[in-house]
Amino acid sequence: MTTVAIADEAVVRPRGGKAHAFVTLLARDLRVARRDLVSFSIRSIMQPALFVFVFAYVLPRLGSHGGASPFAASHPGGISFSTILVPGLIATSILVQGLMATTAPLMMELSYTREIEDRVLAPIPTWALSVEKIVAGAIQALLAGLLVFPFVLLIHAKGQAPTLDFSRWWLLVTVLLLASVFTSAFAMLLGMVIDPRKLSTIFAIIVVPMTMLGCVYYPWAQLSSIRWLQYVVLLNPLVYISEALRAALTPEIKYIHVWILLLVLCGGIALTVTIASRAFVRRVVD
Amino acid sequence: MPDLAIQTIELGKTYRSHGGEDRAAVNGLTLEVRTGELFALLGPNGAGKSTTVGILTTRVRPTSGTAKITGCDVAADPVAVKQRIGVVTQHNTLDRQLTVMENLEFRGRYAGMTTRQARKRADELLEVFSLTDRAGALVQTLSGGLAQRVLIARAIVHRPDVLFLDEPTSGLDPQTRVNLWDILRSMRTEGQTILLTTHYLEEAENLCDRIGVIDHGKLLTTGTLAELKAAVGDETVLTFTFSGDTEELAGKAQHAEAVTSAEHEGAVLRLHTAEPERALEWTLQTASELRLPLQDVQILRPSLESVFLSLTGREYRE
Repeated sequence: MTTVAIADEAVVRPRGGKAHAFVTLLARDLRVARRDLVSFSIRSIMQPALFVFVFAYVLPRLGSHGGASPFAASHPGGISFSTILVPGLIATSILVQGLMATTAPLMMELSYTREIEDRVLAPIPTWALSVEKIVAGAIQALLAGLLVFPFVLLIHAKGQAPTLDFSRWWLLVTVLLLASVFTSAFAMLLGMVIDPRKLSTIFAIIVVPMTMLGCVYYPWAQLSSIRWLQYVVLLNPLVYISEALRAALTPEIKYIHVWILLLVLCGGIALTVTIASRAFVRRVVD
Repeated sequence: MPDLAIQTIELGKTYRSHGGEDRAAVNGLTLEVRTGELFALLGPNGAGKSTTVGILTTRVRPTSGTAKITGCDVAADPVAVKQRIGVVTQHNTLDRQLTVMENLEFRGRYAGMTTRQARKRADELLEVFSLTDRAGALVQTLSGGLAQRVLIARAIVHRPDVLFLDEPTSGLDPQTRVNLWDILRSMRTEGQTILLTTHYLEEAENLCDRIGVIDHGKLLTTGTLAELKAAVGDETVLTFTFSGDTEELAGKAQHAEAVTSAEHEGAVLRLHTAEPERALEWTLQTASELRLPLQDVQILRPSLESVFLSLTGREYRE
């Protein structure tokens, strides 16, 4: 051991701004995520791709031979099932990958490894660190949504192509961004309140009901025949994401009024970001 | 840089408990550490050392009093404080998703270095800490001693004004501990202000310019090792056990030249002396004249242990 060279004047002592620290923390999270890109992609694509394969390709083909498939152009106005599925499956992808990207690492850092103590020492306010984590998760959730797009668009039987309308692209962009931030903030909140040892249980008790009852496989308006369920599912954040994507992509299917959807998404973001950040600060600053 | 690197005034942290009594982990702690000092906060487990370091490093909010790092208040401006400090926590908080090099690089960049500056600085430190061949290793693969070196290197990447080390050597094997002492000594030589907490007396004795003794959240005393020893008197305590009554021997001892004071109780004689060798010789000779056979003798030289004993009236428990 010679010298520790702390008196070396070659490097000017840094006095970076908070924005610099924020961006660097984000760069760190994205570098880690990039390393995981292959398995991230497989995780994002596998379930929705197989879903459209079975429901938009296999079952309609079986139906065309047996004649009794409920999936072959069974919806009002000849709308194919795949048209209903596209917004729903993109919404599911955003939700599931938002949860995976934010909740799991956060739980590890908070409890098992206590690495959060390191990140907390970066020179930004602690609440800003939680916002950074939400942004990093949102970027991954958005990416998952975009990855799924070509698969749900292209996998279908003949005559079962989804009918999508991209003329309201600005709404699509807005909804994708809002949905990504909302799910990431929601995931942050879950990471804060759930015991890490029960991580796998989350999927059984939260993700599965959320996706099955998230207006992924049917538009909300069609639930009118089961009134009580139509109201109960309004508690499910995924409903608003699926419906907002429907408003943006498949406007010919009846959807919840677009301003209500945007209001719920914005309000949901404000609420979850605030609660999650407060909980985070309470958790890491004693 | 201000003359005082760390200053706390009547610092307190009380944990509210539901139902039970509130617990004061830090209780009116007033402390000053000068720039360039290697200061040890010494105390047994549960004395309040880690909570104090937690407050000074903005990870614990104080409930009373103030604490400043190079003039910045930890409660009012934690971001400025984070910019000025390096911290080695008790647990391994290395970024397990990153390599050794990236751990150092990102720490520098968080603090505002450019990527190039941070990499250059990280290279230097890896070299100095003999970690260059591990630069690309994921931190999970490191042994405890190596991980500790990376933690320290990472803590000084951004040239902090004050480096905090919370129990840096606990759980390390003796050889690794001695290596760490060398690192800390060379940092001190180069003017790095360091506050370390320890429950090892020998660590504080061996390394530090000044020592603060803490127990029950209060600072009992501060000073250099010599000052602390002088405060309890630089006397050695000799405790003899004979196989008979020591009353007569104690009476003679009161008048012996080498003995400052003497106490006796049954077969036990305790002498306070500034000249332990002469006092020992005198006692052995006189006891032999009195035909009093010696069974046991204990010699307690002035040390942090005797300082702690005289301050708290309790034996030092590690």
